Amino acid sequence: MQVRFRNPTREVTVEGPKTVDQLVQHLELNRESVLIIVNGTLLAGNGTLHDDDDIEVRSVISGGAR
Amino acid sequence: MKCRVCRGPIVIELRQHNAAFCQEHFLKFCRDQVERTIHKFKMFEPGDRLLVAVSGGKDSLALWDILHELGHDTTGLVIGLGIGDYSDASTAATVAFAESRGLPLDQVSLRDDHGFDVPTAAEATNRVPCSSCGMSKRHIFDSHARNGGFDAVVTGHNLDDEAAVLFGNVVRWQKDYLARQSPVLPAGNGFPRKVKPLVRLGEREMAAYCVLRNIDYIVEECPMAEGNKHLAYKDLLNGLEVESPGAKRAFYFGFLERAADAFAADAEVPTKDDLGFCTRCGSPSAGEICSFCRLTEQVVSFTPRAKREPSSQ
Repeated sequence: MQVRFRNPTREVTVEGPKTVDQLVQHLELNRESVLIIVNGTLLAGNGTLHDDDDIEVRSVISGGAR
Repeated sequence: MKCRVCRGPIVIELRQHNAAFCQEHFLKFCRDQVERTIHKFKMFEPGDRLLVAVSGGKDSLALWDILHELGHDTTGLVIGLGIGDYSDASTAATVAFAESRGLPLDQVSLRDDHGFDVPTAAEATNRVPCSSCGMSKRHIFDSHARNGGFDAVVTGHNLDDEAAVLFGNVVRWQKDYLARQSPVLPAGNGFPRKVKPLVRLGEREMAAYCVLRNIDYIVEECPMAEGNKHLAYKDLLNGLEVESPGAKRAFYFGFLERAADAFAADAEVPTKDDLGFCTRCGSPSAGEICSFCRLTEQVVSFTPRAKREPSSQ
């Protein structure tokens, strides 16, 4: 499976299929800090990812002057 | 897991609430949380004119969308900060959002209207960019609300923002800041009322809300915020949240309910005798010239390193 990251933009290849929770664990991400967006919408932790899915890991953390 | 409300298929789990939701009921959950916050903290009344501080990011656009959905009278204000492509893209995302919903949007450009930008201010003052950026935004939002007759300035600070600021203030025991850390700052001394209706919702919920509502927000982070200590605090708190779901909520709301009053006496509230008005812009100020006008004066007379001519031999 191809998995896209933003900030900075990059792509990694991950062996599938996996659930969203398994992907987050495999990539050693903090589940509170990211959303997994699949084919333009959200997929919950137990949802299964497939090779042909468009998968984006999006950080939800923002900072700076408010 | 199934949706807590309808038992249908879920799109998101919220471990801090031991709940999961389908799309329809997650969006309703977000609106309900905002409505509950507005009511609990008596932020504003139906019919009040609200100035929404928008940046093009997920929090402010989600907030504006929710307030509009709830039927409030909102006008957005976006400030062009002059931080290269990032600021241009932020403004463009805000304009596109406002146009898509037919919402009124005011725009102020730091460079065109005040003669400087954030990168130059950071260089001129030799301080982190967030310092002059935050001061400029507060000044412009305050004066715009005052001049426009708005009842409150509404900002998109979320639970993660507030918990991170609280953590930083506790680490350094900033008693004065702790005394003022509230989701509502009442109007007074020429300053408008300021409210934060997103304090019950975290960053993950706000990003999820935007994805599900097809809100095209700026995902890129401000290039000048790198190294900002609040980002480090957020990382720490999210590490804690994984081990102990609900920790951020307990930390922040526990402070408001059980500790905030203990610091109230430490608030440095200016009295009418302390505060006059800036002789240049008319904003409330402890001195003859307010801090924003002093910053403007310092920065517009400063020549950035990149524009300085090489010295003659």
